[in-house]
Amino acid sequence: MILRRIDKKQPSEFKFSKNNLSWAKKQIAKYPQDRQQSAVIPLLYRAQEQEGWVSKPAIEEIAKMLKMAPIRVYEVASFYFMFHLSPVGDKAHIQVCGTTPCMLRGSEKLVEICKKRISKKQKELSSDGKLSWEEVECIGACSNSPVVQVGSDYYEDLSEDSFVNLLDKLIDGNPEPGSRKKRFSSEPEGFFKSSKFKIEEKTNASVKLFLEMPFSTDRKK
Amino acid sequence: MLKEKDKIFSNLYGIKNRGIDSVISRGHWDNTAKFIKKGSSWIIDEVKKSGLRGRGGAGFPTGLKWSFMPKPNPDKPSYLVVNADESEPGTCKDREILRHEPHTLIEGCLIAGFSMGAHVAYIYVRGEYVRERESLQIAIDEAYSKGFLGKNAAKSGWKFDIYVHHGAGAYICGEETALLESLEGKKGMPRMKPPFPAMAGLYGCPTTVNNVESIAVVPTILRRGASWFSKFGRANNTGTKLFCLSGHVEKPCVVEEEMSIPLKELIEKYAGGVIGGWKNLKAIIPGGSSVPLLPAKLCNDALMDFDWLRENQSGLGTGAVIVMNSDTDIVKAIWRLSKFYNHESCGQCTPCREGTGWMMRIMNRLVTGDANLEEVENLLEITKQVEGHTICALGDAAAWPIQGLFRHFRHEIEDRIKNRITKNIAAE
Repeated sequence: MILRRIDKKQPSEFKFSKNNLSWAKKQIAKYPQDRQQSAVIPLLYRAQEQEGWVSKPAIEEIAKMLKMAPIRVYEVASFYFMFHLSPVGDKAHIQVCGTTPCMLRGSEKLVEICKKRISKKQKELSSDGKLSWEEVECIGACSNSPVVQVGSDYYEDLSEDSFVNLLDKLIDGNPEPGSRKKRFSSEPEGFFKSSKFKIEEKTNASVKLFLEMPFSTDRKK
Repeated sequence: MLKEKDKIFSNLYGIKNRGIDSVISRGHWDNTAKFIKKGSSWIIDEVKKSGLRGRGGAGFPTGLKWSFMPKPNPDKPSYLVVNADESEPGTCKDREILRHEPHTLIEGCLIAGFSMGAHVAYIYVRGEYVRERESLQIAIDEAYSKGFLGKNAAKSGWKFDIYVHHGAGAYICGEETALLESLEGKKGMPRMKPPFPAMAGLYGCPTTVNNVESIAVVPTILRRGASWFSKFGRANNTGTKLFCLSGHVEKPCVVEEEMSIPLKELIEKYAGGVIGGWKNLKAIIPGGSSVPLLPAKLCNDALMDFDWLRENQSGLGTGAVIVMNSDTDIVKAIWRLSKFYNHESCGQCTPCREGTGWMMRIMNRLVTGDANLEEVENLLEITKQVEGHTICALGDAAAWPIQGLFRHFRHEIEDRIKNRITKNIAAE
């Protein structure tokens, strides 16, 4: 249990973009009649993707859309750790997995780099406002550890060097996610070097979706 | 060693063409209606005969679980909910199914859903797996366009819809009733049981919650026969299983193997061995963070199945093997898990909410050696007080790794404290 509160500085209003609004309506339709509350997490998350974080006006707007008391939406926003209740880095918010499997393979060093390069304390913006970071609990890519998540994507099999390199690239653009050891996905390293395997796809499914972005409506990175 | 032809997830790593036509050419969706026409009791019987036990950690027989669902009632629809909230530290197997073999899961949902009288399945994917749920959604869209889902799913006469739902970063939502609360749009706090979900689950209706892997293996079990599946592994521990290898191994990986495979074989054949060699092994956690560790001396003969590991005071859990070699500060490794459980406790029950914090803080002092010797007993006492006194198993899961640590490495903890005391005296 971690105490989480909404930010002191709040924008005056929140509106879903046109695309996101029609997306939201489709989400609500997934659930039986009068059960539209079920859509609260997907809607909050899309609001965060649109704005970078979840503001009080966003909470209130979603409460209205789902006919919920605002406090019920607030509860959900403060309970689930993926919701940022304060603004995060403009270019990227780096979520370093710190749980034991990643720790055993060097995630503490990545945290040190974040402290040096971004900000001493987690969830604080870097001086130029471009980056922020936090240590998160297991993000479920343990066989590709250490791993960090930025937005929708995982950067895997990191070393200190490849992580520093990644930070540089995140400031300038959108580096390709996936393994930094040239693994295809979660196979043992070097497994596909043998010629008996025919590799028919260019990348694994996660990287492919990053490259094609078929779902990008109105999302920030 | 499991032969290539006996692997259920033949495209686990995603190197083969992932489009639906290729998926069909590999044998998936082949005459699915045939199984449905044989009726639900036939399906449930086959799954029971196969010996399939739930792959999410508890190892409850899957067929038996399905048979608990009441007869369909028009006022209270039945639901199948798939638990894809894979968050147990060390576990990353369902991720590969969701992104690379989604059709095994989708076809499994149709068969499992039919057998329990459900027309709707919700798949609850953890929030962090954004690309994975997109990948799953694409596969579901493909299945609809081929007529495998919808009003007359796979020409079986059964109406079946699948919806993808997601969480937003709360480990506790992997607990089935917390998952249902979350799916209803609330905080993920576990419910008291009974009533069990089969009686009152999602929206108060009969619901079965199954792990991704448990559902995804079902079509292949029916296609190849229960006896094919049950010939792998030891009695009561049958089938093939996805194992996730992480930590101090040369080549961490996810791999499908036979149940009851010796741990040593699993690590040496697939993961390239322990870093520094087998003799350099200190301990492993065999089934994700919640199960007690096994010290190296037990690892030589360890078999990766439910019964062997339970007999040795650990558990198969999700089949996630976290390997630690002699460079590991084992107290710190377990402290990090205590921190994890403290972070992820939902705060509903006092023993867990307060206990996870106490355990973490004392563990922290044990790491630095700043604890008193009396605190060692104190910590064990707390783990006993938390264990079994909470609504869900998170309290137990927080207590067990510490109990496992003390069972096998108590000397190391006590030496650390004694060293600090002697040093202090010497300094004076």
